[in-house]
Amino acid sequence: MTIAFDYTRSLGPVLGRFMAGLRDGRVLGGRTSDGRVHVPPLEFDPITHEPVTELVEVAPTGTVVSWTWNARPLEGQPLDRPFAWALIRLDGADTTLLHAVDAAAPSTIKTGARVRVRWAPVRAGHITDIACFEPGEAERQETPEPGPPVEIMTTPIRLHYRHTTSDEEDAYLRALAEGRLIGQRCPACRKVYVPPRVCPADGVAPGEVVAVADRGTVTTFCVVNVPFAGQRLPPPYVVAQVLLDGADIPIPHLILGLDAASVRMGMRVVAVWRDRSAWTFTPENIAHFEPADEPDAPYESYAEHQ
Amino acid sequence: MSEVAVIGFAASDRSVTTSGVETLVPVFEQALDRAGLGRREVDFWCSGSSDYLAGRAFSFVNAVDAIGAVPPIAESHVEMDAAWALYEAYLKILAGEAETALVYGFGKATAGDVHRVLALQLDPYTVAPLWPDAVSVAALQARIGIAAGLFTERDMAEVAARDSGGSAEELLGHPYLADPLRAHDVARVTDGAAAVVLAGGERASRHRERPAWITGIAHRIDPQGLGERDLTTVPSASAAARDAGLDHDVDVVALHAPFTHQELLLRHALGITGSSRFIGTDGDAMFSAGLSRIGAAAEEIMSGRAERAAAHATSGPALQQNLICVLGRDR
Ligand SMILES: [Zn+2]
Repeated sequence: MTIAFDYTRSLGPVLGRFMAGLRDGRVLGGRTSDGRVHVPPLEFDPITHEPVTELVEVAPTGTVVSWTWNARPLEGQPLDRPFAWALIRLDGADTTLLHAVDAAAPSTIKTGARVRVRWAPVRAGHITDIACFEPGEAERQETPEPGPPVEIMTTPIRLHYRHTTSDEEDAYLRALAEGRLIGQRCPACRKVYVPPRVCPADGVAPGEVVAVADRGTVTTFCVVNVPFAGQRLPPPYVVAQVLLDGADIPIPHLILGLDAASVRMGMRVVAVWRDRSAWTFTPENIAHFEPADEPDAPYESYAEHQ
Repeated sequence: MSEVAVIGFAASDRSVTTSGVETLVPVFEQALDRAGLGRREVDFWCSGSSDYLAGRAFSFVNAVDAIGAVPPIAESHVEMDAAWALYEAYLKILAGEAETALVYGFGKATAGDVHRVLALQLDPYTVAPLWPDAVSVAALQARIGIAAGLFTERDMAEVAARDSGGSAEELLGHPYLADPLRAHDVARVTDGAAAVVLAGGERASRHRERPAWITGIAHRIDPQGLGERDLTTVPSASAAARDAGLDHDVDVVALHAPFTHQELLLRHALGITGSSRFIGTDGDAMFSAGLSRIGAAAEEIMSGRAERAAAHATSGPALQQNLICVLGRDR
C-alpha cells in the first residue's frame, strides 16, 4: 500500500526569504553573530539564541567537501540516473549544503571538486528549485530584485509499505474468503475477539477458534453527512459498530437498506454478502449490513459496549 | 547513591507483524519473568517506535494491547529508539511516581524502504524533500572521517570482521555499496523488539539478587543540519558520556553503531581504550537496538560477568543524538 500526504509548511522570515531567493535564482545564507554564513540559513543564532536577521547572497558555485556515489537512485531523489550525493560549501558560505551532483561516474567526482547550481526550469520557492549541482563554475549573472518571501511550501511525501498479518489475522481473512466469520477466545477472560487479537485486558495471545454469526446488534453508530476525498457512497449513510452474535467485541461496518435516520442502537442487522465470485481476503466480502426481521435487542445485551 | 536498576531484559529479532503486538507478548513475558515481576505490578510502561516505519498512524496504540490496558495503565511513548523511553521511565522512578517500569521498543523495518523512510528524520524544509537515503548520509560522514585520517576503510572492515568472524582482507575485496561504504559497513537493518524492566531502590534488590544499578545516564543532541556539524566528532556523545560518569573503569561496552565507521567515531568520542570488552551485535533492529544495548550491558552485570558496564544508543542521522548509560553492580 502507498501512503501519501502533501506536507504543507509555513515558512518563517528566514526560510521564507531563503526559498524566495531560490525562486529568484540566488542562494542566500544567514549570518550569525560570530560572522559565519550558514547555508541553508539558521533561524536562530546558536550562540546568542537571537533570531537571525541578516541574509547575504553566496555564490552558486562551491566545493565538494564530501561525496558518495548513489548507483541506484530511489523514488523522489533529485535525479533518476546514478549520481553523487555531496556536501557542498558554496563560495562565501562557512557551512555545507547537502545536494545531488549530476556526475557521469564516480571517477568524475572527488573531494575538492568545483560544482555549480543547476536551476530547475520552473521554480516555486522550494529546495528542489536547485535541480542538482553539476561540475564546473557558474558564470556571473545579474540576479533580479528580490521578490516577496515564500510563505508556504508543500512537499509531497509518498511511502510504500507491505503490511503483514499475524497468524491469527491470516486465519480470519482466509475464513472471510470462504464466507465465514471467525473469532478467537482469550484463554484468560474467555471473551471472543473478532477479528482475533491479543486480548487488551490480559495481554495474552488468542486461543480457541470460534465461529461467529453473520448477524448481530448495532451497539452504536454515526451518520456520515460530510463528503470527503475517496468517499464511495453518497452521504448521508450510516457506519455502525455491529456486535456479531457469539462475539464479545463489535466490528465496524455499513448499515444500508433503510433511511439513515431510522438506524438505532439495539437494532438487529444481518450481513449482505457480495456475489461469491467477488470474494477476496477482505471484510468487503460483506457489502453491508441491513435490518434483520427481528425485534431490537435489549439494552443490557450490548450495554458493555457503549 | 543509585536509585534505579535494570532487573530484567528480553529481546527478539524475529520478523514482526506490522502492528508489533504479537511479537511483544512473548518478549514482555520473558522480561517480566526474569525480573520476577507480574504484569500487574508494572507501574509505568514506556515505548519507542515510529509510525513512519510501521506505515500507520498511532502505531504504538496497537502495541498497548500487548500490555493489557484494561483496567487503565500509565503509559507513554517516544518516537525514537526506546533507549530514550528508558530515560523517561528512569526519571519517572526517580521522581517517585513509579517503583517499577517496563520499557519496550519495536519496529518493522522491512514493511517499507527503511533507508528512504529514515530520510524523514532530516530537516523537512531543506533536506528531506531531496530524499537522501540513510546509507548515503552515513557514507558522507565516513568519507570525512577517512579524509581527516581518523580511520581507514581497513579499520572499518576490521570492526565488521570482529562481529562476523570473517577477515578484513576478504571484506575489502567486495564492491562499494555507497562509496566508501561496503555492505559490511552497514548494519543489517532488522525487525525486532526489546523490553527492559526497571525498578527503584529497595524494590530492585527485592526482585533481583544482582540488579544492574544505573549509576549514570545522560543524553545530548547535536545540530540537525548535517553541514552545521563537524562530522568527524560526536560532541553530543562526549558530553553525554561525561554527564553519565563514563570513565575507563568499565569492563564491557555495548555500542549502538549502525555503521562501522560510527563505532570508530564513538570509541574516539567516548575515550574508550582497548581494555574494555565490546559486546557485538549482528543487526540494527529499528527503534529497539539502542534499548537492547542497555539490556545487554545490564545482563553482563546481572549475570556476574562484569562489575561495571556502559551502554550507548543513538537516534537520528549520522549519530545526531546520543545516550550513555553506565551500570554497576554496586548502588
Ligand atoms: Zn482476555
